[in-house]
Amino acid sequence: MPATFTPRPQADIERKDPGFGGKPPLDKRPTGGGGEGDSGDDGLHRRGPRELLDRYRLGLFFMLAGDLMFFIALVSAFFVRQSAGHFDPRENYVTDWQPLRVPPILWVNTAILLLSSVTIETARRQLFHEMDVIEEWLGMGRPAAKRALPWLLATLALGSLFLAGQCVAWKQLQAERLYFATNPNSYFFYIITGSHALHLAIGLVALLAALVGLYRLRRVQLRQILVDCTAWYWHTMGVLWLFLFALLVGFQ
Amino acid sequence: MSDMPRIARGAGPASTPGAPRLRLFSTHHRVLGIEYLLLSLLAVALGTLLSLVMRIRLVAPDWHWPLVGVLPPESYLALVTMHGTLMIFFVLTIAPLSGFANLVLPEQIGARHMAFPRLNAASFWLTLLSLVVLLAAFVVRGGAPISGWTSYPPLSALAGAGPGQALGMDLWLVSLGIFCIASWLGAVNLLVTILYERCPGMRLMRMPLTVWAWLVASVLVLISFSVLLAALLMLLCDRHAGTSFFLPAGEVLNGVALARSGDGSPLLWLHLFWFFGHPEVYIAILPGMGLTSSLLANFTRRPILGYPLMVATTLAIGALGLVVWGHHMFVSGINPYAGTAFALTTMAIAVPSAAKVLSWLGTLLGRQRRAPLRLTTPMLFALGFVSLFITGGLTGPILAQPALDSYLHNTFFVVAHFHLIMGMAGAFSIFAGVYYWFPLMSGRLLSERLGRWHFLLTFVGAYATFFPMHFAGLAGEPRHYAQLTGTTSSLAGLLPLQRGITWAAMVLATAQLLFLANLVVSLRRGRLAPANPWQATTLEWAPLTWQLLPTAERHVYRGPYEYGPAKGYCRMEPAQADFKMQCDEPAEPE
Repeated sequence: MPATFTPRPQADIERKDPGFGGKPPLDKRPTGGGGEGDSGDDGLHRRGPRELLDRYRLGLFFMLAGDLMFFIALVSAFFVRQSAGHFDPRENYVTDWQPLRVPPILWVNTAILLLSSVTIETARRQLFHEMDVIEEWLGMGRPAAKRALPWLLATLALGSLFLAGQCVAWKQLQAERLYFATNPNSYFFYIITGSHALHLAIGLVALLAALVGLYRLRRVQLRQILVDCTAWYWHTMGVLWLFLFALLVGFQ
Repeated sequence: MSDMPRIARGAGPASTPGAPRLRLFSTHHRVLGIEYLLLSLLAVALGTLLSLVMRIRLVAPDWHWPLVGVLPPESYLALVTMHGTLMIFFVLTIAPLSGFANLVLPEQIGARHMAFPRLNAASFWLTLLSLVVLLAAFVVRGGAPISGWTSYPPLSALAGAGPGQALGMDLWLVSLGIFCIASWLGAVNLLVTILYERCPGMRLMRMPLTVWAWLVASVLVLISFSVLLAALLMLLCDRHAGTSFFLPAGEVLNGVALARSGDGSPLLWLHLFWFFGHPEVYIAILPGMGLTSSLLANFTRRPILGYPLMVATTLAIGALGLVVWGHHMFVSGINPYAGTAFALTTMAIAVPSAAKVLSWLGTLLGRQRRAPLRLTTPMLFALGFVSLFITGGLTGPILAQPALDSYLHNTFFVVAHFHLIMGMAGAFSIFAGVYYWFPLMSGRLLSERLGRWHFLLTFVGAYATFFPMHFAGLAGEPRHYAQLTGTTSSLAGLLPLQRGITWAAMVLATAQLLFLANLVVSLRRGRLAPANPWQATTLEWAPLTWQLLPTAERHVYRGPYEYGPAKGYCRMEPAQADFKMQCDEPAEPE
């Protein structure tokens, strides 16, 4: 049974009315796929339909946590480098840090990235739409995949647009003769936006994998996992960009 | 999924008395564990040989080596760099964390497999790639880098700074970058496995202390290796893209002023590097601590003293380990106030460490009334770990004080300190683990007689090699000098001491041949191991027959160290069964 996007019941209360005999069930609590929380004496709810999904999500979150430390290191280096300098012959503390005007197209890019988060979240939710998922699981076509497809394609387009926009921003800076090695601020602009763009490119590859996986993977659960993890990765990169953008705009 | 239950291979001593079939590209954790350990064995052999060459170069600088002739002083620095890098990354990180965790972690928590077997395998192959790239630095033009395992800029940022600082340094940086990513993947796998794959009943507070140690060490890997990766990236940019993250203005290279402008800060590299470098120490030693606790409990036949305290201290050491990096930088020109803060956190970390030592000693002392000490080889090495940890640890609070450190930091005193506490204690815990878990790898026990000799010679050799270095350091001998004689004679008086150390190092290295011989002989002709050769309570020794049923689960009913004839559960048992495995069902209520 696939995992569905339904909150797990907090405590396993016995259902009052299973809804036999043509009557709809009185108990409105979602099923969660059955067998929820019925394992073990440790109360960890580790078994059941969401086991695999939760495992992959947890792995992704740990990976993103490590990734976050990578960016934290870059950002702390940004602040340290900003305050670095030396004393000139007149004993004045001088620094080679020259504030950089962020290309205005980054505002557009940011909006595009936020929009892409909305589209991929919509795609993700299609994969957990309970009726569709059950149809897919029963082998009655692929309604969930069909509904998710346009949203994933939209995300792919928006993501590519964002990357293209970043390239434009770099080109604009180069037109102002601000190259990677021009001054400390440009190092950080390029290295931060570059690392983020690389992460987003990985996200695009994951999106392509998700598109292929929607039709190639045989198990509903794996299709859900693929889209779900891609979406969480994408959201994280979006939120991360907001912080990095704020840093580049506001902390020059 | 295709990688789910494959239990036929390496299913443990009970089901397969012979060696597990080693399929090279397996995703089975135990095969990967053995592969990691073999990788470490290769690295430790190389690193030891390099250290011997260093020792001989130090006391006999004019000696003509076969093939290469007299070694120039730069080669000494290259040897220092590669010895450190091999030992710290490919031995002390790989063997206790990746090696042993892959070997026994899933069994210890009652899981069938790792959470992400393929990710885990990818991690191993990336580690191997990283080792190959590192070793390639020996054969490229200019040879291996000379800036030490810490690679401080500007020496490491300028290709012209010395032989090996061009292509060799690049290879070093790339190798460590790959290593970061590999460790990262391995850590994610271990974390999810520990948090998610535990069997029913295996609550957090029932996990063996080794598992706790792997958990904390994996978190440290995630936090610290990412920072190292960022630092490596910036250093590569400094070397090739013309930036100056770490390069200060007015740098002079071999008498020529550099045209590069910029106010880059070498201190920034030190901060980033040691933010990684200090947790790395705990990544290396925490699994050894957990293993030592387990072994002391097993061979004294007594529950570990203060299990919750040991868990808490493991967590505390992990947390404090993240905020002490500045004590490597007291003499680098950081703000003295920052130095004071780092001195305080560093001395604070002595508290959980001392609590651990007290628990080990308490476990040992509390034993006498109940049962004789079982001085098997793993136990001997665990006791050696405790001894070396105390000896090396006692110099820690000394070096933690900026005033004392300003004299001692760049001397052999620090070499003595970290070789005893990290190198030797780490190595002893690895030996203990190999002797203890060898039956899981081969179905046979390592020879006890050879093992005892190996322990005795290693123990004496370790102290004879590293303890006198304290005196060399107190006398003021700097760390990275390639020779003691030469233009000045102020250090020549230390030559007899250093000669003695070199002889001791040779004895220490030669003693390891006993270990290799033991491995080779016991693999073929060792005594066949019974199902649970050490009468241990942890689950890696429990029969794995439950895995034959695809849906069966292991159940755990009790804590990890229930040794000794305690009240209540030995009444119906034969007299010699003084332990309860974690999976033993509780007795029927009367």
